[in-house]
Amino acid sequence: MPTVTVLDTAFFRHWLELAVDAVHRESPRLTELDSPIGDADHGANLDRGFTAAALAVRTEPPGTPGELLVTVGRTLVSSVGGASGPLYGTALRRAGKALGDAPEVTPPELGEALAAAVNAVRELGGAEPGDKTMVDALLPASQAYTGALTDGGSAREALAAAAEAALAGAEATVPLLARKGRASYLGERSIGHQDPGATSSALLLACLRDASAPGAPGTEAGPR
Amino acid sequence: MKKLVNAPDRVVPDALRGLAVAHPELAVDLEARIVVRRDAPRAGKVGLVSGGGSGHEPLHTGFVGFGMLDAACPGEVFTSPVPDQMASATRAVDGGAGVLHIVKNYTGDVLNFRLAAELCEDAGVEVRQVVVDDDVAVTDSLYTAGRRGTGATLFVEKLAGALAESGAPLDQVAATARRVNESSRSFGVALTACTTPAKGSPTFDLPDGQLELGIGIHGEPGRERRAMMPAAELAEVCLDAVLADLPPGGPVLVLVNGTGGTPLQELYVVCAEVDRILRRRGVPIARCLVGDYVTSLDMAGCSLTLCRTDDVLLRLWDAPVQTPALRWGR
Repeated sequence: MPTVTVLDTAFFRHWLELAVDAVHRESPRLTELDSPIGDADHGANLDRGFTAAALAVRTEPPGTPGELLVTVGRTLVSSVGGASGPLYGTALRRAGKALGDAPEVTPPELGEALAAAVNAVRELGGAEPGDKTMVDALLPASQAYTGALTDGGSAREALAAAAEAALAGAEATVPLLARKGRASYLGERSIGHQDPGATSSALLLACLRDASAPGAPGTEAGPR
Repeated sequence: MKKLVNAPDRVVPDALRGLAVAHPELAVDLEARIVVRRDAPRAGKVGLVSGGGSGHEPLHTGFVGFGMLDAACPGEVFTSPVPDQMASATRAVDGGAGVLHIVKNYTGDVLNFRLAAELCEDAGVEVRQVVVDDDVAVTDSLYTAGRRGTGATLFVEKLAGALAESGAPLDQVAATARRVNESSRSFGVALTACTTPAKGSPTFDLPDGQLELGIGIHGEPGRERRAMMPAAELAEVCLDAVLADLPPGGPVLVLVNGTGGTPLQELYVVCAEVDRILRRRGVPIARCLVGDYVTSLDMAGCSLTLCRTDDVLLRLWDAPVQTPALRWGR
């Protein structure tokens, strides 16, 4: 069944539904990762934020992909706290703004939105690649997405490449020494632990890939 | 772990309801999650707003009142509050002379207060921010999020609060707040880890007979672990770290701070040792405050904060203050 991924509001709403479920399901694991090198609340904080975001989108359904991402971002900033609230919230708001008010975005435009999200995180948090942060999952994901499109891949193939790169990036944080955030106070003792922020970033990108699965809402073959 | 809570996720609002009962002079807004002086906003007075994760009580809600903070925004336990709380608090205390945000140097606090300042300035409120970073345990600030904000927060809030109460303009209040931070250094030690209500077990493992030197207020690890030692030796180790970094200057304000699980009696034991050591080092003590002020839930341990003063800062310290946790002279 040939399907083309349509990056419309339904696609992003489906991503949000998948993300809410995934964050809730993985919350204990994120908190577990946050215990040795943080303060054991990453899962609970994101769970609270995405639950609030789902409510906000249900209460006032956004009309465009850009509006949806801005709403999710604003809600995360207002409900998460800690460092991850401003970072994820600003990333999604900037991504939403990059998409403008088009009812449907093209694959290259989604690539620009991903890049805008990564830049927002780097700008606000000041983290460089290799600092053992979200950037270590988001940056390779954004690059893999653009690379796959340039090589002639479809949006779905590019999203699969992005999710794979994000996961690899998150796993590659294990041997790194944290230089930003609360884990940085551990110095050498931060080595050997996977970064919880990079892990949740990989999770959110996996949801973006899954939202483009054949039959999912937002694809031509799927229920609209 | 036994705790006096109803449910872990209700601790913060439940405690705020209790604070409201005990302190009718404070307006506790459970919806906006802010604690505000009832007489705010006062026309022409610079507003002082602080906030941070809960679990450090009485910081910051216990420092709201005459001569100190105008409002505080408590976050979840050990989690920064969100920009909406800070913006609500700022609006509630803006008397037209601007608002100073006092922010402890943690990534989450700094980012959320930065977003809040943008919201406030978009709404036409002039905001200045002072970041408190007094913890000398963090040595490699280039490769970390930088020194943490700890005990000096009390000094900044008290001294800047007294100055704002006297009618000083925003830039002067902000400059004094920065000067107090730059004149202050702290070092903490933990005898036990703390237990957050959500996790229910100690946040890190500290074997019996050992202590952690340079502990952070959320239980962040410090410089090293050592075998338990007598109070005299412990005070020496802490003061060595503080004095190695404290700028030269006048007589010092001393805070002998309990982290929540240490009896006051033991804090006085430490205080006596601090006095002995500072006399020997030729550092005169101007004023001394002993008690649980910047806590880490139920952690046993203490932190020492020294702040160099002059006549101006001492007058601000002695100025009247009336808050749940600090009150004198009024």
